[in-house]
Order: sequence, then C-alpha cells, then structure tokens
Amino acid sequence: MSAAVRLTGISKRFGNFAANSNISLSIEEGFIHALVGENGAGKSTLTKIIYGMVQPSEGVVYIRGNAVHFTSPRDAISAGIGMVHQHFMLIPTLSVAENIILGNEHVGLFQHLSLKQMKVLIEKHARDFGLTVDPDSMVENLSVGEEQRVEILKLLVRNASIMIFDEPTAVLTPSETEHLFATLRTLRDKGKTIILITHKLDEVLTVADTISVMRKGEIIGTMPATSVTKPELARMMVGRSVLLRVTNPPPTPGKTILNISKLSFSSLKGEKSLHNLTFNVKAGEIYGIAGVEGNGQLELLQALYGMAPAGAVISGEASLMGASLIGKTPAEITLMGVSLTPENRQRHAVVLDYTVSENLLFGRHRERSFHRGIGFDRKELNRYSEQMIADYDIKCSSPASQPLGSLSGGNQQKIVLARELNRPNISLLILAQPTRGVDIGAIETIHNKIIEARQKGMAILLVSSELEEIIALSTRIGALFKGSIVHEFTEEEVARKRNSEYEFKKEIGLHIT
Amino acid sequence: MNRKIAQFLIPVLSILSALVVSSLIIFIAGRDPFMIFQKMFQATLGSAYGTGQVLFRMTTLILVGLAVALPFQVRLVNIGADGQLQMGAFAAAMTGALLPASLSSFSAVSLCIFSAMGAGACWALLAGVLKVRFGVNEVIATIMLNFIAQGITGYLLTYHFAVPSTVHTPPIIDAAFIPSVNAITGLLAKSPANLSALLSPCAALLFWVILYKSRFGFEIRATGLQPEAARYGGINANRHTLSAMSIGGAAAGLGAANIVLGYKHYYESGMTGGMGFTGIAVALLAGAHPLWILCSALFFGILEYGGLTVNAYIPKDIFMMIEAITILLVISFSALGRRIQL
Repeated sequence: MSAAVRLTGISKRFGNFAANSNISLSIEEGFIHALVGENGAGKSTLTKIIYGMVQPSEGVVYIRGNAVHFTSPRDAISAGIGMVHQHFMLIPTLSVAENIILGNEHVGLFQHLSLKQMKVLIEKHARDFGLTVDPDSMVENLSVGEEQRVEILKLLVRNASIMIFDEPTAVLTPSETEHLFATLRTLRDKGKTIILITHKLDEVLTVADTISVMRKGEIIGTMPATSVTKPELARMMVGRSVLLRVTNPPPTPGKTILNISKLSFSSLKGEKSLHNLTFNVKAGEIYGIAGVEGNGQLELLQALYGMAPAGAVISGEASLMGASLIGKTPAEITLMGVSLTPENRQRHAVVLDYTVSENLLFGRHRERSFHRGIGFDRKELNRYSEQMIADYDIKCSSPASQPLGSLSGGNQQKIVLARELNRPNISLLILAQPTRGVDIGAIETIHNKIIEARQKGMAILLVSSELEEIIALSTRIGALFKGSIVHEFTEEEVARKRNSEYEFKKEIGLHIT
Repeated sequence: MNRKIAQFLIPVLSILSALVVSSLIIFIAGRDPFMIFQKMFQATLGSAYGTGQVLFRMTTLILVGLAVALPFQVRLVNIGADGQLQMGAFAAAMTGALLPASLSSFSAVSLCIFSAMGAGACWALLAGVLKVRFGVNEVIATIMLNFIAQGITGYLLTYHFAVPSTVHTPPIIDAAFIPSVNAITGLLAKSPANLSALLSPCAALLFWVILYKSRFGFEIRATGLQPEAARYGGINANRHTLSAMSIGGAAAGLGAANIVLGYKHYYESGMTGGMGFTGIAVALLAGAHPLWILCSALFFGILEYGGLTVNAYIPKDIFMMIEAITILLVISFSALGRRIQL
C-alpha cells in the first residue's frame, strides 16, 4: 500500500491564528478517508492546501511519494487531484457535456469543440460508475443530485485519481445521499482515493474506511471507521463528552397561537409553492416542519415574516391569535410578538462588520429600553450584551469592539438566538435551520435554549432539514411536501417514536419524498 | 487593529503613489517636478492669500464631499452633488436678491442658507424618489439631474434674471453677505475665504454624530453593509434612501453659501466650477467617513488651487489628470486593502 497523499508537518498561519498546526497525515490509495471536525477546526484549510488553493506556511505535501509545491489548483488538477465543492461550479444555461468540456477544451480559440467525442466519454464514465445523467440536458433543468453527478463526471473526464468532496451531502435529499454513497464506493472500488469532509457523524460511519478527527487545527486521531462509535467521535471533535440527544421534558401545550389555514403562495411567474397549507402551533409546543429543502419552507417563512417578494400572490390565512400576519411589514410583525431566526444567518440575521454588541442589538434597536437621546444607552447595552454572552456561552474577547465576522458560525448563531429568544413579549418564535453550519458543542447549547423557551410558554415553529433535530425537539411534526402538509404526527406519536429514531426517520422520509 | 492601520495606510499610500505618478507626468511634460511642487506649496499654504484660497475651496469641498458620503453609506452613488450645489447657489442668489433690503443680517443669511439647502435637498430627493418609486439607478438619475440643473439655471439666468449685458444675477442685499475672514480678523489677505468656513467642520461633525452615534445612523450603516439583513431587522430601506439623498443634497446646497453669500454675492453661470464632481473624490479618499473628509478636502483644495497657480509652468490639463489618477489609485488601493484583509 502506498500513500496517495502524505502530509508532513503542515502548518498554516493567518496572522497570529494557526488554522493548521503541525499536521502529519497519510491518505492511502483506494480508500475513502473522512476528515471530521467542528466548524473552524481547520478541515477546509487543509483540503485547500492539498488542492493548491492555499500554500502551507510550513511542511511538505507528497503526492504518491513525490514532494509537490502547488501554487494554484491548476497544478493540483494536473497532478490528478479533483475537488467537488459544496457550491457547484456549473453554468446553468449550458448543457451537461458543455459544462464538462469547459476548461478542458484542448483546442484553439476558434476551433470546433469535439462535443461528440466528449459525449461518448461521458457516457462511458457514466456507465462505469453508475452516474446516470443525460449529456444533452441543460444544467438548469437538473436536480441537485444530478448536478453533483456532473461535477463528479468532470473529475473523471480529467482523470482525477484523488477526489476531494467538501460537505457533499449538505444539499442532498436522503435518497440522493444514498445514491452518492453508492457512487463513492464504486469510485473507491475502481481505485480512486476519496477525501470526504463533513461534520455529519452518521455519514462518516456509514461510508468512510478511515476517519481523521480534527480539532483546533490539529489532527486528534486517525482510525479505521469500524473501530469507533458515534459518541467517541463526538467526544474527540469537541474535546469533552456531549449530549447527542437533548432532554425533552413532556410539553404542556396551551391555546393556539399561530393558525395557518389554506395558505397558498404563487410567485410573480405563477409558480405555486404553497398549496392550501394548513396547520397550527400552540403555546408551549414546538411544531416541527420536516421536509427536503425547496418544498415551500422558504415561501412559508417569507409569508409569515412580511418578506414575500414583490408580485407574489398569497391567499388563505395566517394569523397570530386572530390578527392576520399577511401584508404586514417585518417591523409590525415583530411588534405583534413574533421573533425569527432566518435560515441564511450571514445574509439575513447579522451585520458581519458590526460588533458583537451591535449585532445583539440589531433588529431590536427600536426597543425603548435601549434608547438614550438620539442614540443608544451604552450602559444598558453593555449590561445586556454581557448577560447574553454569559447565558449563551458566546466566545468572544471584547463584545464592544470585535466585529461579528471574526467569530465562528456557532458563536454567530448563538448571538442571533440570544437576541431573538429574549425579545420582550414573544408569543411566536420561528426558527429556520437554527443549527445549520453550527458545531456540535454549540448545537447542544442552542437545543437546550429552544426547549427552555418552549417551557416558558412560547409557541415555536421549527423548520429544519435535519430530521434528527426535528425528532429531538418537536412536540408535533408536519411533513411538508410540495407545498402542503401531507402528514402530521401527533404529540403522542412523536413522543413514542422518538425512542426508535432510525425507524422514525425512515417513516418521515417516506412522507417527504 | 489591523483594520485601523489599513484604514489609515491606504489613503496615505494612494496619495504618495499619486505624487510619484504625477512627478513622472510632469517630468515627461518637460518640467522639474520638484520645482513645480515647491511653487505650488509657496502659492498655497506658503502664503496668506493662498491659504485663504485653499480654505475657501475646502469649505465647499467638505460639504459636497458629505453630500456624496452619506448616500454612499447606504450604497448609493450620488454623482449629482454638482447639480445640487448649482441649484443651491441659484436659490441662494435669487433669495438674496429678492429679500427686502431692510431685513436684519441674521434673518437674511439664514433665509438664503435655508433656501440653498432646501433646493439642494429637493434636487437630490428627486433622484431618491426615482430610485425608490421606479427603480431608476441613482447614478443615471443624478447625472441626468446635473444636466437638467444646468439647463434650468442657465435658462432662467439668460432669459429672465441676468442683469442686462452681464452673465450674472442682480447682487444679493448687503444684509445677506457673509463677511470675509479678512474683514473680521485682517488675516488671509484679500482671499475669498469667509466665515462660512466655520459651517463646514460643524456639518462634518454633525454628520459624524448622525452616522455613528444615532439610531438613524445605526440603521443607515446596516442598510449599506447588509441590505437584506436590514430588511429582516425591520428597517425600511426606501425611507433611508430618501433621507440619505435629501440630507446629502442639503449639505451640497449649503456649499453654495460659501460661494454666493461669502464671495461672489450673485449667481453666474459656471460658478461652481465642477466642485460637485471633486466632491466625489473627496468622499472616496476619505472612505466616506465625515471626519476624514476634512483632511481629504484639504488635500483636494490644495491640488485645485495649486494647479491654478502653476499654470504658467505647467498646463492645467496635467493637474486634471493628476486629480483623476489620485482617485483611481484610491479606489484601487482600497480594493487591494480589502483583499489583503481576507
């Protein structure tokens, strides 16, 4: 056995911050090698070094025994390394074959592209590796899973033998994930080396042969996947033992707070994304919306928070204790007692250049208690920031001067939650993907805070694509598919089935695909 | 901390490199750059009259710089400070000329200033309304409004209000004069510098307080930094587009007080001399920060007047180039600065 990639003493520093320190690692040829770790553990930096996007401050990279010094991904590609990025690099208005040939033309600027030959090549690879895609279809018409297959075909056509996958399942449905795993195994069996970056432990244990755990820029350990369990991995990642399951005491639902009945939503172009959507959320319960992304979650949230794009047509009813939410502005809705953590944290929930304190204030800056003169009450603001930082275990050095952008994803999300959960007089809390891109340690804190909010009597609407999260937190669960709730699990059902998580996940999976 | 250093270093670096490039250009034009810069210094800060001239230019440049900077914080590029300044100047001159001569000095000056600010604000607000109501890009709107402002003032001047056989309006009443620095203190020789020079730093300070110390500024900056997050935060971006434009326009209009009330005492065509456009450079060099604008206005004030004084040795065209090159260097360097920080 020879190592496909061998790293010796790799360090990478950005200013005073060491993203990688003294990493030595050997990735064997023909293996699926997973790199796991929390956000900010240094996984991405390490793979960027292997892919030539970042140059190490110290250390040497060996590819198949030869020391290499990549100055750009182009060097890495010619050395047989390929990468499937989390966000696909495809041009929607070109066909599959055209996308694959792009950057790999091998002809002069004005010569004819040999698309025909390319198609033959694509079909051959597609057959060999079980990557069914029509080379002539436009990329814009493909599903996310198919787009990913195109990315893999791109690497195969370029004869990549070492393939890096960056969080490949983040955008896939459960069945597409299964398909991807089958593909990964086929690739390995045909001699390719796979480097898989992820923070989903179930997946690692299912598909990887070897697992390396990273923490704070260092490799904590490398071991065969068969010799380790999920709690062990979690402990290695976080550095202490963590609750993978939150304690969920029995709820005591009260009166109905949010009532949604026959809600329909059509875009300006006439695309219907919600069809007669009907459900309600009671005080003191968490209503979980389970579903694959793109089945109307986005539009539901837009409708509830006054963020529907211009030209959208909304019919039906969405009311908070009898008062309609439709057609109101976000400021008015907030005043009615609704609090929201948006799905896209960095774009919608925070201002990255603002300080930690300013972000704790942002969106609540109209509350009188923070005002003083024409500006803000510094003293009150400091007191409030310090309290939130302590309550939510937010890790930052100086809240009044540190820009939010310098914090990790988990800490940013804790700030958003601290702000939104502590608004005065909340009756409805809407949580969209509350733990997306958040590390395990922070997930624990966030989940506990959500349960705590429910115990205080808030009605909580939870939208998440992580079924585990939905099952762990929800009182009732609605399965959302193509814009309607196709099945609703009652409080009694959820409480009973929570104990056999695997079967419950499968059952929900049937309703949402 | 790094960010602070970069914020300071980038303008300095761009000015230094601009000096190097301009020395090169002057050298190619067949002159000794050191001699030119020396003459420039002597004629500007090196003499009482020159200092007054620089102060006079600075006064208006600060205000048009603010007029560009505030909308810039909401991601609006106000190219229209020149039109706003022109409308302000015309309004001030007409108000000043039509007021009864018996009015007290305080009320005459205040009325003229208010009408100038009002005219500037309305003119800028128009671009804001076009943007909010019809989605017209503010760059295009403000450029067009510059032409229209030129047209309106030009027409009204030539066909209705010009004193026969001249190209200017009748003079404003004596009570509306803002006294010159020389008349009060005896300093700065016979330069056009006048007491309205005190208004500009006050305006800059006020803008700084608005932007960084008030709730309104908190919303304005959030809207500029992350417009979508601002919407989620319940901030009405349209309202801020309108207020940032009109407050900016009012500042540009105030810039006319210096020229009309403090110096010329009437309106004549071309009297703003493109200062509104230099205002864009002033704001950009200062990174749209109200207090840094004081420094960058000083720099451009020296450059503008200094360019005139060395006219005998080197054509004014060269100085137009130097100014433009400085702006381009500033933009390039700040883009570079952002990349380094990543």
